[in-house]
Amino acid sequence: MSTTHMNTHGAHDAAHDEHHDTGGNTVFGFWLYLMTDCLLFASVFATYAVLFMNTAGGVSGKEIFELELILAGTAALLISSITFGFAMICAHRKNRAGTLMWLVATFIFGGIFIALELYEFNHLIHNGNGPQASAFLSAFFSLVGLHGLHVTAGLIWMIILFVEIVMTGLTGRALTRLACLSLFWHFLDIIWICVFTVVYLMGAI
Amino acid sequence: MSDHSSEAHSHGSVKSYIVGFIWSVILTAIPFWMVMTEAFDKGPTYITIVVLAIVQIFVHLKYFLHLNFSQQGKLDTYSFIFSAVIIVMVVGLSVWIIYASNAMMM
Repeated sequence: MSTTHMNTHGAHDAAHDEHHDTGGNTVFGFWLYLMTDCLLFASVFATYAVLFMNTAGGVSGKEIFELELILAGTAALLISSITFGFAMICAHRKNRAGTLMWLVATFIFGGIFIALELYEFNHLIHNGNGPQASAFLSAFFSLVGLHGLHVTAGLIWMIILFVEIVMTGLTGRALTRLACLSLFWHFLDIIWICVFTVVYLMGAI
Repeated sequence: MSDHSSEAHSHGSVKSYIVGFIWSVILTAIPFWMVMTEAFDKGPTYITIVVLAIVQIFVHLKYFLHLNFSQQGKLDTYSFIFSAVIIVMVVGLSVWIIYASNAMMM
């Protein structure tokens, strides 16, 4: 925008543009954080790949993985991905009620995923297959637990955003935050593809 | 274009999300079905589930994360490609080194 045309209206526009640029930078910065998070997951994956055969005479993956449960969790996470997508579309159309409704749907399916994971962990620990039992189980709990912690953080973030949108509406700030959470949520789904393939499916073959 | 001016990330349409979702369902169902029914030998099953997982990652990147090579989106894509190279090196080389040393100590 040319500075010679700066009247009050122009100044308002400039402030407006600047705000949007900041939002774009924020989302890009968050994307870069996700890339470093990828590296964190990669190193835990490498640890798992190195340790998964060291069962210390205890159970191996084939004996403890219940694929029906994992399939249900995977379905829940995948559905939560598309419901978040719909929430984003509603948000860009300034449809506040729709955004809130799809956020609730996303939260429910994300919650189902975490509930299934907690059930699985509880079941394993109850049967004496906790993280202290073998190097395989330590690596398993670290990798799957790390993903679960991320999803839990995403759920908490979702509650906070929900409250923000209820209180202040779909402001530019809320949209930027939604865009970041959207990236986070879809990114976790990609990590989960790697987890169910490498840990559960390959372990159960 | 005005729709997108406020976002560094384009946000897709209902249709693109549904297309991505249907692809993901197919690409998730096939590997689970292969492993749960044990319909195939181990070798082909391993190869298929890895290939399908990689395809599904690309589906998610395109339809859910909207990575692209447009003026606005290419920085995201390049930073992802850079990370992917690092990840392949970190995971691939670690596994290679440790498995080779395991084999030597057998």
